[in-house]
This record gives sequence, structure tokens and C-alpha cells, in this order.
Amino acid sequence: MRSDTAPSRPAIFDVTGLTKIYRTGEVEVRALNGVDLRLEQGEMAVLLGPSGSGKSTLLNIIGGLDRPTSGSVKFKGEELAGASDRDLTLYRRNHVGFVFQFYNLIPSLTAWENVALVTEVATHPMPPADALALVGLESRMDHFPAQLSGGEQQRVAIARAIAKRPEVLLCDEPTGALDSATGIIVLEALARVNEETGATTAIITHNAGIRKIAHRVYSFLDGQIASCELNEERIKPSEVSW
Amino acid sequence: MKAFSMLDRKLIRDLARLWAQSLAVALVMACGVMTLILALGAARALDDTRAAFYDRTRFGDVFASATRAPESLKSQIAAIEGVSAVATRIVNPVIIDITGMAEPATGMLISIPDHGDPAVNRLYLRSGRLPEPGRDNEATVIEAFAEAHGFRPGDRFDVLINGRKRSLSISGIVLSPEYVYAIGPGDMVPDQKRFGVIHMHRSVLEGAYDMNGAFNDVSLTLSRNADQKDVIAWLDSILEPHGGTGAYGRKDHMSDAFLDSELTQLRAMTQVIPPIFLFIAAFLVNMILSRLIALEREQIGLLKAVGYTNATIAWHYAKLTLAISLVGITIGAIAGTRLGHGMASLYGEFYSFPFLVFSQEPDLYVISTLVTFAAALIGAANAIRGAVRLQPAVAMRPPAPTRYRNLFNASAGGFRLPFSQLTVMALRHLVRWPLRTALTTLGTALPVALLITSLFAFDSVEHMIDTIWFQADRQDATLTFAMDSSEDAIREVSRLPGVMAAEPFRAAAATLRNGHRSRNIQIIASNPETDVSRVLDRDFAAVTLPPAGILLSERLAGHLGLVTGDQVDIELNDGQGRRVLVPLVGVTNSYVGLNAHMSREALDRLSGQGGLISGARVIVDESRLDDLYAEVKQTPAIASVALQGISRQRFRAVIEENIGISITIYVTLAVIITFGVIYNSARIQLSERARELASLRVFGFTSGEVSSVLLTELGVMVLLAQPLGWLIGHSFSVLVARGFETDLFRIPLIINPSTYAVSSLIVLGGALVSALIVRRRIDRLDLIRVLKTRD
Repeated sequence: MRSDTAPSRPAIFDVTGLTKIYRTGEVEVRALNGVDLRLEQGEMAVLLGPSGSGKSTLLNIIGGLDRPTSGSVKFKGEELAGASDRDLTLYRRNHVGFVFQFYNLIPSLTAWENVALVTEVATHPMPPADALALVGLESRMDHFPAQLSGGEQQRVAIARAIAKRPEVLLCDEPTGALDSATGIIVLEALARVNEETGATTAIITHNAGIRKIAHRVYSFLDGQIASCELNEERIKPSEVSW
Repeated sequence: MKAFSMLDRKLIRDLARLWAQSLAVALVMACGVMTLILALGAARALDDTRAAFYDRTRFGDVFASATRAPESLKSQIAAIEGVSAVATRIVNPVIIDITGMAEPATGMLISIPDHGDPAVNRLYLRSGRLPEPGRDNEATVIEAFAEAHGFRPGDRFDVLINGRKRSLSISGIVLSPEYVYAIGPGDMVPDQKRFGVIHMHRSVLEGAYDMNGAFNDVSLTLSRNADQKDVIAWLDSILEPHGGTGAYGRKDHMSDAFLDSELTQLRAMTQVIPPIFLFIAAFLVNMILSRLIALEREQIGLLKAVGYTNATIAWHYAKLTLAISLVGITIGAIAGTRLGHGMASLYGEFYSFPFLVFSQEPDLYVISTLVTFAAALIGAANAIRGAVRLQPAVAMRPPAPTRYRNLFNASAGGFRLPFSQLTVMALRHLVRWPLRTALTTLGTALPVALLITSLFAFDSVEHMIDTIWFQADRQDATLTFAMDSSEDAIREVSRLPGVMAAEPFRAAAATLRNGHRSRNIQIIASNPETDVSRVLDRDFAAVTLPPAGILLSERLAGHLGLVTGDQVDIELNDGQGRRVLVPLVGVTNSYVGLNAHMSREALDRLSGQGGLISGARVIVDESRLDDLYAEVKQTPAIASVALQGISRQRFRAVIEENIGISITIYVTLAVIITFGVIYNSARIQLSERARELASLRVFGFTSGEVSSVLLTELGVMVLLAQPLGWLIGHSFSVLVARGFETDLFRIPLIINPSTYAVSSLIVLGGALVSALIVRRRIDRLDLIRVLKTRD
């Protein structure tokens, strides 16, 4: 493992001086405090850190769900910080895939339909069945979320996120609600997707064991990046010790 | 003072948080309470006032008229078993000439005893005094007429009595139980200016009409256990030789029948409208409370875990329900009382009572409160039961995910309907909770139905106006002679100023029988082919009156149990007692009264007195109306005149004013229901699906697309509600039309397509506004928070 110095591939995200302050009543919370960060095309990054260290806030801002208080976020050279609601919606729709801890599947739609929900509005999607095959769920396409296990639900969520062929895949604690065996299956799906689609993938996790599957690891502390490391040798998800 | 318990604090904060939804429900309840108090209060006011007034004035139970009966019959009549008092009178129509008013007014001139009060139908003196003996030109007039002309005791006006003009001096202004609802000849609604009732001493009228020792009108009161039917039969047999036209009871008395129909309407309102509102309120309470309890599942678990009893928790949610109801009851009671006063003063315009006070008895409010509480608690019961049944350990875990069924699309590989996944989401959600969907649909259909039921009156009235005044009675005026005259009289009428066409008619009182059934009516005989006034068949086509046979209006034929081709047993009430069988040759359409028509030829043959006419219907050159009026006022042979043109205008004005008021009320009620149902439904959907909808926003769906899920669901229910509403509205309208049907008039059931459309548009508009209010909340969904929480 070595410290990151020179960029090797073109940047998909270029973040400089990012600050986010939340005000709830009289309390002011500085969630991000002058963060600089760079994600390269096709790489898999893991964001590590304790609760409240600012990783989710960063993910929300680069995912177009939230706006920074100050600083700059460039997606392929385009500034996101001052974008309108409508532009952010289009940005999410065309470029970003999300995976969340609690899956956020639509309970009234089957697995296939949950994926089709997104492909219907995407510009160059893959067929929903292909996306589900990519996560190994080709035999569970007609099942509703209530009929699927947690791991299966999360894989549907991954299929849904990648079916639009996004340039960015943002995963917030994707294994947080899963046991280790299921978590590994989900990570395998993410690694495979990263490999095969070339989507830049950022994964937030509490689980330090996962760090080794990534190209790059950012560690967060108190709203700042404490360290950034590049993995010279990555391990397979099946080798992750939970 | 005991401080609020913690649960009560929670209750107050819950109410504050849910204020908009609670208010929407409270308003629906308020409508129920308001209509209940209004209708029940008004019905009581009318009923009690009527009973008190009738009692005080000794209003008759049985009424009859004859052509000329000797006073000696009075004792025979009094001897009929069950009769407690008899008043014989002289009653005649007159033409009234009022200075400054071009058109002649018509009046009823009624005798009162020279000394003392009448035994039946006493007058209620409002101002002045009754005529004094010896003062032959003194008279009393009814209050409505006096007010319309600004008359006060001492004022004078002219009357044409039996061909002689007399100037009368008003000694007093009175109310009469016979003319609480005073309606003139040919009129459909009261016209206080053109119809007056005048009372004068019997001796004066005996002289004026050459009726010494005779009477032509009798009213009776009956003892408590009297058999009215028997009395009527006896009275008819006594009066028959003297031109008795058939006795009738109070329910067929014009004034009382109108009061009765108003009461019927109010009672229908009490029985139909409040239950609709309370049903919807109960449903809304159920919806809101179920959702609240679902959201507070973990709190309920916690409360139980720390030792709160089921009863305490049930009472907590019951109190929330009662608090919402209390707001509704308060608003409803205030609105109902205020509208009740308005209604009472509206009645004051139409009904001449000495007093009419809107009933505000406490029990009215107690009943409304109890009924509303009961409806709300019934609505809450199921939700509260759910809270009680929750086991603490289970309650503190999140509920199991909802299972859906694979409807509206086959499997992934198979045939797929052309619905987007957003539409499929909406439709599956609707099907997942079929009862809620059905009740929301019904809740939206009811305001449509309510609107149709109130708006159809416009269509029916327009149709009535067209049928009565533009298809059937197209004359400008109907002149009725003082006595039947020879056919030559029609030429005299034609020569009156401004008369462009005149058609003769003959009217003859008769008893029509079929077996044990009988009815006393007037047979109207006209020329076979008439153009001014026409008889219409059931398809509204003009009928040519055949040389023989009789035509009866549908309701009369129904009463007598006759169909076309049957023989009608007819006895003219001319004192000759001859009964003839005449074939029923057709059934006619009529909205007013019971009608029997013959050709003049047929009636002349039946009576054996050829070529008599009772009056004429005339078309008048509008520019010469005043000349005609002036002439009529001077013509002794004309006993009364009905001005159809003015009646029509007056009818339209009065009905439109009344309908206008009721439509304003009904539209308000409909909009409140729509808002209550749709707003609450949308809010609850939003609450249940906030996470789903926020997820959609995260995936890059626009607010508009996300809203479409909610709006599709609402849209499907609102659209399904329309045909359902039309169906219910049509059925309600049928009931209303039937409820109003009496022998005096009936309301045709006419619902124009535009009425369905307008009713739907009002509800669709209300639904759209409610939905858009909720849609704004979708724009403000907190995307980040919902992603961090589980369902």
C-alpha cells in the first residue's frame, strides 16, 4: 500500500474545499470541513470512517442529493455545486446509480419491475433481465421484495442501480444490514459490476475489512479526510474477513 | 387543578400536528351536524307552529263547497257522527282593482259571521279589528296581501262583487289558517300582490250574491275519534242535491298540502344528508387513526412495555377522535343555528304564520352531538382495536413488509400491458387495499350524487316551465265567467281590447268512479283542436279531443285504477244525480293537479245542457295588456282572471331564488366532502409512501413523475367515482321526485347531461385542488432522511 500522489486515469469527480454545515434550530453541525477528493474513471473507492465523520454527506453531495455550503464538486469537469434542482434530477437520472443500506425497493413492484422502473427513463439502459443476471438473480425476477431475502433485495437494488449503465455507482453501507455470507455475495456483485461495466464505484462502509477490495481508500474523521491510500494489491470479496 | 397527563400532552401535540387533516374531517362532521340541526329545527318549527296556529284558529278538518245549499242543512251536517263544529259560509272569487296596479288582482271573498267568531277557520287579527256590524263596506284582508300593497287599517280598495264595483275599507289585517300558503288561481307559487283574501260579514255577502239563507261553502272540525272518510261520505250525500263538488280532508287542502310537502322535504333532508356526512366522517376517522396508529406502533409498544393498560391506550385514541368531533360539532351547531334562522325568515316570506321561531331546543344539539360522537367512534373502533391488540414485543419491531399481488402485468418474460412501472405501482397499491379504495371511491361519488340530486331541480323546473306554459297552457290569461254562459260569450271575449285569440272552455265538477275508488275533480272541456291551450299526451304531443270519451292525467287514472279502454263512471255534480259510463280514451301528462279532459261536444252531451262555456283562454297583444286589464276590471261577467304570463315569471323568479340558495348550500357541502375525502386520502398515501416516493426522486425521477404515482391513484378513484356518483345521484333524484309527488303537483325527473357534467366538474375541481395541495409536499420530501431509515 502506498500513499496516493499522481493521478493515473482521467478524473470523474474533482472535489475541492468542500464544506457542509447543517443548521438544526440553534445547533450548527459542520459535517464536511474543507474536503478535497478525486475519483478516477472506473476505479472502486471505499470511504471509511466512524458515524458522523462526513462520508454520507460527501456521497449525498457527489450524488446530487444535497448541495454543499461552500467548495466545488466537478463531475467530468461540470460544476454540481450551484446546479438547479432540475439539473440535479437529470444528473441523478442519467449518470448516477445508488445502493442504500435498506435497499429502498418499491414493495409493489417485482424484482424485474424494480429494475425496469429505472430503465424506462434511462437513455441507454441494459435489459432489466441482463442486470439481474449480472447479480445472479435471473431466477427470482418475478418475486416481490417481500418474497426475497435481505441479500437478494440488495442485489436487486444493485441491478437497479447499474441497469441504466451509470458512470457512477454510489453505495451507502450496502452490506450494513446483512450477515457476512450475504454481505460477501453483495460485494462480489459490486466488484463484478465495477469490472464489467467500468462504472466508478464508491462504497461507504464501517467495515475496515472491505477496504482491501478497493483501488483506493479514503478515511474520514470529523468532516475531513484523514488519509487516502491506494491498494497495490486488491483482494477478492470472498477473501474479506468480516 | 390537575396537570395534563403525558398522554394528554401527546394528544394535544398530535392534534396540532394533524390540524389540517383533522379540520378536513371536522368540517365533514360539521356539515352533518349543520344539516341535522337545520332540517330538524326547521321541520320542528314548521310543524309546531302549524299545529299551534291550527289549534288556535280551529282550522277545519273537512271542507266542501256547493252551488247553493239552504242554511237548514247546517244542523243535518252538525248531526253527522264525529263532527264537532260546522261553519257555513259564502265564498266567491272576486276581481280586485288596486289603484296604481294595471293588472287585476284576484281574491277570495269569504263571509264571516256578523256576530262572534266563526266556529271553524277563525281569523287571527294582526292589526285593526274585525268589521263592525252595520258597516257594510268594511272588510279584513290577509297580511301578505296588505304588506305587498302597503295597506293599513283605514285604507280602501275596489272590488268587483257580483258585477258591482264596491269600494271597501280595511278594518283589520288578519291571518287565516286556510291561507298560510296563499296561492292564486293559475299560480304555482304565491304572488302576494296579485292574490288577496277578503273577509266580510255574511249578511253583506248574502245580499250581494242573493244568497239569503243559503251557503256555498262549509268547513267542519271533527272530534278526536271521528272517521273522516265516513264524514266526507255523509257530507257529500247531504250536499249532492245542492251542487256539492265533493268534500275533502285537510291533506287535500291546498295551503296545508304545500306545508306538508315542505315538511316532507325537510324530513327527507334529515334522513338522507346527515347520514351521508357521518358515514364519510366515520370513514375518514378510520383512515386517519389507522395511519396514526401505524406510525405510532413503536410508541404504543413502548407504552405497553412500561405498563400502560390497553384501556388507557384505547381511551387515548378515542379522546383524539372525540376532540376532532367536538370541533366539527361546534362548527356545525353554530352554522346550523345561523342557517336555521335564515331558513325561518325565508319561511316567513312564504308562509303566513303569526310567529315562526326556529327551534333551538337543547335536545336538538344533544342528539347531534351524540350521533356525531357515535359515528366518529364507530369509525375509530377498528383502528383502536388494532392498537389494543398489538403485543408490546411485536409492536416495537417494524411491521412485516407489505405483500402485493402480481396484477396489471404478467411475468418478466411474458406479455406486458403498456403501463409504466409508476402506473403499475399506483394500480397495485389500489388493489392491495380494496376496501379503502372502494370507500374512497364511494366517498368521492357521494358529493357527485348530492350535486346531481340538488341540481336536477333546475332541469326539472325548466322542463316544467316549458311544458306547462309553452306546450300546454300557452294562453296569456284565463278568464273565468261568474256563471256558465252561452257560446256567444266567446265573441264578447274576442272583442275585448288586445285579445288576438280566444278559446272557450267549460269546467264541470264531477265525481269519477271505478268500483269503490272515486275522485272529485273538475272536468275541463275544450274544442277538439285547440291551439292556445293544449292537452298533452305522455309523450308531450298535443292531443285532439275525441267527440266522445274522457282523458285522464296519469296520476288520476292511477288513483282510479283505470287504463285506456276502461269505462269511467262519471257523475256531474249538478244536483241531478245522473251517472254515465264514459270510455277512457287516453292518458295525459300533467304536473299540476289531477286533470280530466273532454271535448266540449262530449261534455255538453253528458250534461244535457248544450253549448255552455265557463270561460276563455286568450292570447293578448302585449302592447294592449293594460287596456285589457282595465276592461276586465269593469266587466261584471268575468269572475276571475289568471295571468299565465305573470305566473310563469313569478314561478321562475321564486323557484330560481330558492334553488339558488339550496344549490349554494349543496355545492359548499359537496366541495367540503370532496376536500375531506381526497385531501385525507392523499395525505395518508403520502405518509405511507414517503420513502418510496423519495427513493424515486433519488433515482432521478422528477417531482412531476413522482407525483404522477399519487395522482394516478387518486385519479383512478376519482374517475371511478363519477359513474358511481351519477348512478347514486340518479337514484336519489328518483326518490326526491317521488317524495314530492302529491295530487297537487309533481316534479318530473329530468336530468340533463349537463347536470351530470357540472356535478362531476365541481367534484373533479375540488379533488384537483386537494391533490395539488398534497402534491406540493412531494416537492419538499426530505430525500436524505428517508434513505437512512427503514420502513
